[in-house]
Amino acid sequence: MARAATNRQKLVVTLIAWTIGIVIFFPILWTALTSFKTEAEAIASPPSFLAFHWTLENYTEVQQRSDYFLHFWNSVVISVGSTLIGLMVAVPAAWSMAFVPGKRTRDVLMWMLSTKMLPPVGVLIPIYLLFRDFGLLDSRIGLVIVLTLINLPIIVWMLFTYFREIPGEILEAARMDGAGLRDEILFVLLPMAVPGIASTLLLNIILAWNEAFWTLNLSASQSAPLTAFIASYSSPEGLFYAKLSAASTMAVAPILVLGWFSQKQLVRGLTFGAVK
Amino acid sequence: MATAHSRAAARLTMSPAVVLLLGWMLIPLAMTLYFSFLRYNLLMPGQEEWIGVLNYQYFLTDPAFFAALGNTLALVGGVLVLTIAGGIGLALLLDRPFWGRGIVRLLIIAPFFVMPTVSALVWKNMLMNPVNGLFAAIAKGLGLQPFDFLAEAPLSSIILIVTWQWLPFATLILLTALQSLDSERLEAAEMDGAGAVDRFIHIILPHLARAMTVVTLIQTIFLLSVFAEILVTTNGGPGTATTNITYLVYAQSLLQFDVGGGSAGGIVAVVLANIVAVFLMRMIGRNLDI
Repeated sequence: MARAATNRQKLVVTLIAWTIGIVIFFPILWTALTSFKTEAEAIASPPSFLAFHWTLENYTEVQQRSDYFLHFWNSVVISVGSTLIGLMVAVPAAWSMAFVPGKRTRDVLMWMLSTKMLPPVGVLIPIYLLFRDFGLLDSRIGLVIVLTLINLPIIVWMLFTYFREIPGEILEAARMDGAGLRDEILFVLLPMAVPGIASTLLLNIILAWNEAFWTLNLSASQSAPLTAFIASYSSPEGLFYAKLSAASTMAVAPILVLGWFSQKQLVRGLTFGAVK
Repeated sequence: MATAHSRAAARLTMSPAVVLLLGWMLIPLAMTLYFSFLRYNLLMPGQEEWIGVLNYQYFLTDPAFFAALGNTLALVGGVLVLTIAGGIGLALLLDRPFWGRGIVRLLIIAPFFVMPTVSALVWKNMLMNPVNGLFAAIAKGLGLQPFDFLAEAPLSSIILIVTWQWLPFATLILLTALQSLDSERLEAAEMDGAGAVDRFIHIILPHLARAMTVVTLIQTIFLLSVFAEILVTTNGGPGTATTNITYLVYAQSLLQFDVGGGSAGGIVAVVLANIVAVFLMRMIGRNLDI
């Protein structure tokens, strides 16, 4: 009896939860479905959910009309590039904070965090003018530099919280055996910290991929990553729902998959260890 | 065992990150501060002159500033209330056993990974459009008049879009906090005859207080800088109906080329963000045991 009651309860919760989940996910699902429709079917009233003529023509058309893969590649270069450079700078810094903390380590950590809280609009004009003067406007290098800097505090913090879980004695033993600093970090610390570094890498690629303040303001046709490319659909010509959907689906799908894999690290990375 | 040698090494390894961030923070911020005291328009090069606090006077007495301040507060406040209330509800739901919990969890957190320009354009065109959007089709199906969301209720529509983006974040953090709640306490309360509402108010909510504060502070930092969603849906309009401080500064500096005025606005934005940041830093600092 009791078991039947709990099963019924579980069934009710299942129904409610799935309904809410599908409602929340629906805009993404709808976009993905629309990307396989023709433009006429995309605005058909009443709309059809699955019973339409499935086609891939939007995907080929988006590529032909606007060189989609250039922008996709820009997104890859900018997000992966800024994350890798950020890691190279952050690993040594996080090493010293986690294993050789001094009196001021805490202050430095908190100060790094405070740079993340600077609203981008407070430095928009100088960055824009500097970029103009140094010829960095609409260049991938410029965007890599900016995204490295805005995400560096998060990278340092995440690595720091992961490194701290590694016992310092192991590193010390390596030092006793005569390992230099470079060897200590490269051959002792890094192999032990692979999971932490991997999740830091993942989360930062996601953040950089979706960054939409600097990419919109500092890029034009050449260096525009997908965030800026998709924004060009805000003033379209003619029917465009299906093409917008195809471009959006391709822009979102890879990062959504990465995001699903890194959902646990998300909490840790974005709360700077304040919620575990 | 921190020797003099390892101290030196620590300083050496930390310096690239520190120098980069110091340069990133100080140089542009000092430039913004300097520009904010100049008459400086990109359309009139070579005519820059020192005008003291005049830019601040203009910016802070501009009706657009008050509109933008009000919109910023409404946007931040509205999204915070909706995401925290919704997040608590979803966290309680996801904490219960049901079939397919892992998949539902993935569905619910998905919007967080959608880039802002995509989510804004999808909502604007495919859902909210009064002629071709899905909501209009549903309204027509029910015999109702389609509602022109972004024209009739522009700010509320943007709040809805941004809420959709941030609900997963609030949910995930509140769920993480909820799962650290000792289930024996809840069982003990239940044995003592506490109803579901009592348990929620006296045990669950206080336990979530810290996570709610963290969500509030972190989201506020990001929500103060909402930009792409406004740029691709309404361009701040109609009028200034959806212009927030970030968008106002952008429009003043990069659309009207008024570097001086825009810089003054940028400094105002920095001050506003700092008020929130101080509280957040204190919360995180308390948790950091070095």
